[in-house]
Amino acid sequence: MAFTLSAEQEKLVDQILARYPVLQAACIPVLHLCQKQVGWVSPEVIDYVASRVGLSTSQVQGVVTFYTMFHQRPPGRHTIWVCRTLSCEVRGAKTIQEHLERRLGCHAGETSADGAFTLKKAECLAGCGYAPMVQIDDTFHENLTVAKLDAILDRIARGEAATQDETPWYPHAPAP
Amino acid sequence: MPTYKNILSNRYTLSRSWTMEVAEKAGAYQQARIALTTLAPERVKSEVEAANIRGRGGAGFPAGMKWGFLPPAKEGQDVYLVINADEGEPGTFKDRTLMEKDPHRLLEGCIIAMHAIGAHKCFIYVRCELELAIARLEQGVRDCQARGYLGARPFGKDWAMDIVIHPGAGAYICGEETSLLNSLEGKRGEPRLKPPFPAVKGAFGMPTIVNNVETIAAVPDVLAMGGAAWSAISLLPPEMKDGGTRLYGISGHVKRPGVYEAPVGITLRELIDDFGGGMLHPDRPLKGVIPGGSSTPVLRAEDKVHAPDPKSPLHRWHGKSHLDVPMGVDTMRGIGTMLGTCCAIVMDSSVSMVDAARNLMKFYAHESCGQCTPCREGTGWLANVLDQICAGRGKAADVDLLVDISNNMMGNTICALADGTAMPMLAFVRKFRKEFLEVAEKGLPSGARLDGAIRAQLVGKEAA
Ligand SMILES: Cc1cc2nc3c(=O)[nH]c(=O)nc-3n(C[C@H](O)[C@H](O)[C@H](O)COP(=O)(O)O)c2cc1C
Ligand code: SF4
Ligand code: FES
Repeated sequence: MAFTLSAEQEKLVDQILARYPVLQAACIPVLHLCQKQVGWVSPEVIDYVASRVGLSTSQVQGVVTFYTMFHQRPPGRHTIWVCRTLSCEVRGAKTIQEHLERRLGCHAGETSADGAFTLKKAECLAGCGYAPMVQIDDTFHENLTVAKLDAILDRIARGEAATQDETPWYPHAPAP
Repeated sequence: MPTYKNILSNRYTLSRSWTMEVAEKAGAYQQARIALTTLAPERVKSEVEAANIRGRGGAGFPAGMKWGFLPPAKEGQDVYLVINADEGEPGTFKDRTLMEKDPHRLLEGCIIAMHAIGAHKCFIYVRCELELAIARLEQGVRDCQARGYLGARPFGKDWAMDIVIHPGAGAYICGEETSLLNSLEGKRGEPRLKPPFPAVKGAFGMPTIVNNVETIAAVPDVLAMGGAAWSAISLLPPEMKDGGTRLYGISGHVKRPGVYEAPVGITLRELIDDFGGGMLHPDRPLKGVIPGGSSTPVLRAEDKVHAPDPKSPLHRWHGKSHLDVPMGVDTMRGIGTMLGTCCAIVMDSSVSMVDAARNLMKFYAHESCGQCTPCREGTGWLANVLDQICAGRGKAADVDLLVDISNNMMGNTICALADGTAMPMLAFVRKFRKEFLEVAEKGLPSGARLDGAIRAQLVGKEAA
């Protein structure tokens, strides 16, 4: 079945296309917009984007495979990215990942049996000073403990939104 | 501990600091108004030049000089301003605070910079994971349009201006400026050969200035204070031409990790002890600190500056610990590392430096774009050898192999990712050779990968 957007979103695509001197530059933003609709970049999405930005499907495919944030298979209803790069690692990222694997019953790179969560390892997400941290869908969760993470996942399981806390900022002051 | 003035971050603590109402009440857009209504572009450029802003994206190139590389304006040729907000260098998390807490400072900087370089359009390339930053910047742009700070006649000036927030899609290499331009054009983010440099042939084939978020966010204050006064905030000697105030990050084993503002030229010891609150566990001393993002070679407290020659720019710190050298682009280069993004990763005595190197080399192996053979093969091979060593399947000769692979990666590639991998690798081996040999022969000591104290803290704290 061909991929379609609502009339309203088609207008949004037109606006995105108009932002650039060449159509092709809209490729990544339009891919994001489509992925937000269906959760992943399906072959139909690739056909649609190719026709909208004036590229061949293999060109769009080449773009999609270059970047890690495009899902090339349908993920679970939510995706959890655990940062495992050095700053997070030395502050216990492995403990966070192991807890998630136990709770979700799946390994990194897999989706939980109920289809609710896909668990992935991430590279540095620019939250290094607030480690350990995870990204859940489009929200960051920082300064985690196992209990704090469980509370967030419980909220999501109840169908509530996982809201992002404002990142702490310590104004310049002598250490306590 | 001296107190330093918050300039770049002086609106961070205001409630709802990211909104137009709050930012504007606290002074946002005053400098843009003055610049567009009363200052000639050349005047703005000369203030930026006098400010001695060294690029905050990692390479430390003087911003004023970069702007000077633009060819003279030509009929029918556009000039673009591109903001590098791809912040992906491991350990680095400072630009994000600017975009989330004070997006209007960046947007005001963009407006002034567009005026100075003669651009009608600015693209802010933000890594897509930073959804909150993107949302606040987009709202900021809409507010600017509504108030007439952007659009057909910004501040009444007959020079249309537009800012586009462009999302990335998850690739560290897109932080490299030419890769970023390819990605912006909708292509795979593979770096381009230089020359031509972006200032001559950049986005969409047009002359383009690419600057880091923090570099451009500094511009409104440069105008407010005057370039020379802004430059003089720096604690470094003026002849180093490394001016101003900047954001420092600190992560890892300190009590208060986070982003802090201070003048250019504080020392790593100040950053760790005064800002970071000191080491996290009092019984675990500092083992190594990566000063400015993962591509900068690791430092140790016990290493001393060796500059006996009075003519050496580092002579005044001769005999001092590397941690007591003021941080600047040239001083850090002088002690064999780099200032980079000024975001330090602190590792205490519990960390295996072999495992730390393995963690970073796996990152680079994953992020190499693969265009150049020495980089593609070298990063993968380094990660592989380190994996083997850590798993107890190594041998002493592997340590020299790490050195050989690194040496063969340098100098021969399209972009600086390969050097940024090889240099830190070489420093790890040089400074912790004994530890590398031990692990190569016996594998990682048990428990090296899981820190019991940290684990107990994460599992127990709130559950108890
Ligand atoms: C592999 C690689 C990654 C980079 N990542 C970033 C980045 O995330 N953000 C950034 O501002 N500069 C990054 N840079 C540096 C840019 O190429 C460029 O020097 C910088 O954006 C110029 O801005 P500045 O002069 O204001 O610092 C990276 C460079 C390399 C080689
Ligand atoms: S050095 Fe590495 S990342 Fe840079 S262009 Fe070559 S292969 Fe790509
Ligand atoms: S290392 Fe985890 S966010 Fe940077």
